[in-house]
Amino acid sequence: MLEIRNLAFSAENEADKVDIIRNIDLNIPDGRFVVITGPNGGGKSTLAKLIAGIVKPTEGNIFLDGKDITDLTITERANAGIGFAFQQPVRFKGLTVLDLLRIAKGKNLSVSDACQFLSEVGLCAKDYIHREVNASLSGGELKRIEIATVLARDVRLAVFDEPEAGIDLWSFQNLIRIFENMRKSMENRTIIVISHQERILNIADEIIVLADGAVTKQGPRDEVLPAIAEAHFATDICQKLA
Amino acid sequence: MSKLDAVQLQLLREVADLHEIPEGAYNLRSNGESAGRRSTEHIEIVSKSEGSGIDIHIKAGTKNESVHIPVVLSESGLKETVYNDFYIGEDCDVLIVAGCGIDNCGKQDSQHDGIHRFFVGRNSHIRYVEKHYGSGNGEGKRILNPVTEIYMDENSSAELEMVQIKGVDSTKRTTTAQLKENAKLIVRERLMTHGVQTSESIYRVELNGDGSSADVVSRSVARDNSYQKLDACIVGNAACSGHTECDSIIMDNGRILAVPSLEANSVDAALVHEAAIGKIAGDQLIKLMTLGLTEAEAEEQIIGGFLK
Ligand SMILES: Nc1ncnc2c1ncn2[C@@H]1O[C@H](COP(=O)(O)OP(=O)(O)OP(=O)(O)O)[C@@H](O)[C@H]1O
Ligand SMILES: [Mg+2]
Repeated sequence: MLEIRNLAFSAENEADKVDIIRNIDLNIPDGRFVVITGPNGGGKSTLAKLIAGIVKPTEGNIFLDGKDITDLTITERANAGIGFAFQQPVRFKGLTVLDLLRIAKGKNLSVSDACQFLSEVGLCAKDYIHREVNASLSGGELKRIEIATVLARDVRLAVFDEPEAGIDLWSFQNLIRIFENMRKSMENRTIIVISHQERILNIADEIIVLADGAVTKQGPRDEVLPAIAEAHFATDICQKLA
Repeated sequence: MSKLDAVQLQLLREVADLHEIPEGAYNLRSNGESAGRRSTEHIEIVSKSEGSGIDIHIKAGTKNESVHIPVVLSESGLKETVYNDFYIGEDCDVLIVAGCGIDNCGKQDSQHDGIHRFFVGRNSHIRYVEKHYGSGNGEGKRILNPVTEIYMDENSSAELEMVQIKGVDSTKRTTTAQLKENAKLIVRERLMTHGVQTSESIYRVELNGDGSSADVVSRSVARDNSYQKLDACIVGNAACSGHTECDSIIMDNGRILAVPSLEANSVDAALVHEAAIGKIAGDQLIKLMTLGLTEAEAEEQIIGGFLK
């Protein structure tokens, strides 16, 4: 169970304070597939980073299985079973795909096991396993490798920030299959996916809509999805500006 | 190599990956003296008359053979300058492994200045691997000032891999190259300095023949209070292409001066240089920490990969 209580994050600008996450409360029970959606700039990535420990909250607490993890470092949270796939994956000069997967796995990982993870994300393993994770990889390739690093860790709570971005149509089914496999292989594993894609929303157990730093809707897919279809949240910002 | 003690054997492993007598031709220099040598049918090693080094003659047409010429110094206070000349005939394809390991447990400085000249014949290819390594905890400094001069004939190619990762207190590395028509030079340098070490690395590559090319890439890491100067110059005197890249990570109070430069004396010379210095990117550390590494472990992985 992931519990978020009164969580707030604000960033200091030169003059004023900008509230990016405004006192959010959330309960995500084990074994759920949750999709967080909402307008650009709504605070989705920030919430994910708060969960992974990359950003420290200005207020509030986060509990994993009843344990307060608010003060844990990124490393400690990783070791507590939290995995995070970045919206914009990081490139490394010199580290190969195999190096990264080995670091992710945390122990000796054979080349053939590493290849398994690459095949799962639809990359031909032998072409990629010894490639450097540098600027020579395309955006979509990098995104798939990012997903593979989370698969290799076999985490208890996985957060994917727009995993489908830059991934071609053909692999969409593949991506959905990855999520299904992840759920099958660990019963109580929680998967949180940040996405704007209807096809991902369609497979969610639960949908959370985050706009302007606050949860505006939350509930089972069948309740939230029709509501989203009606409210064109993309236009909210324009209305606000007007 | 039975004459060598444990320290000397350790140095040999570090600089030449040697665990036993290498195959092929070799010359081992230990504490200022020859400690073993073998010439082969195609590769002849002879002492210079003044005793200040060796000449290595590689016969035309020699393929898939190697020469190892490691140097180890384990006596404190030893200072030497050694001249090694490589005469590589036409149509060869050889691997040359040099390298110097210094262990200094004493109070006096130990210094080895190896001056290597390569005359690469037409259509020949050489791969040259040079590793420098220092160990020992004496106050005496470990100093290495290698000079590498390469003269490349038509259609020849040379790949240079120069590595200095640990333990050398002070180094001034000078590499010069002159390339004739269609000759091709590739240099990969890896440097790491720590403590209060200083390192100066100078390249001057002259592209004299049409179709010649050079690619000089230096990756370095300066940690603690160390200082590095990287000075890579490519001169284009013909219809040639040259690329130089200095890519560095600084940590702690490390300092780096990178001075890549280009000189074009022909309108058909195409030359490019790049230089970048910066600390380890924060998002790289964060990514590896989300995979379970501590910050220090993440740093080690990033540097290890960068210098690989
Ligand atoms: N450290 C910061 N300082 C100032 N503003 C920030 C900071 N971090 C995030 N923001 C702002 O907070 C808002 C939320 O950003 P966030 O990346 O969480 O949005 P998002 O919902 O993931 O958007 P998208 O759908 O475009 O990925 C944005 O307006 C962003 O510019
Ligand atoms: Mg985002």
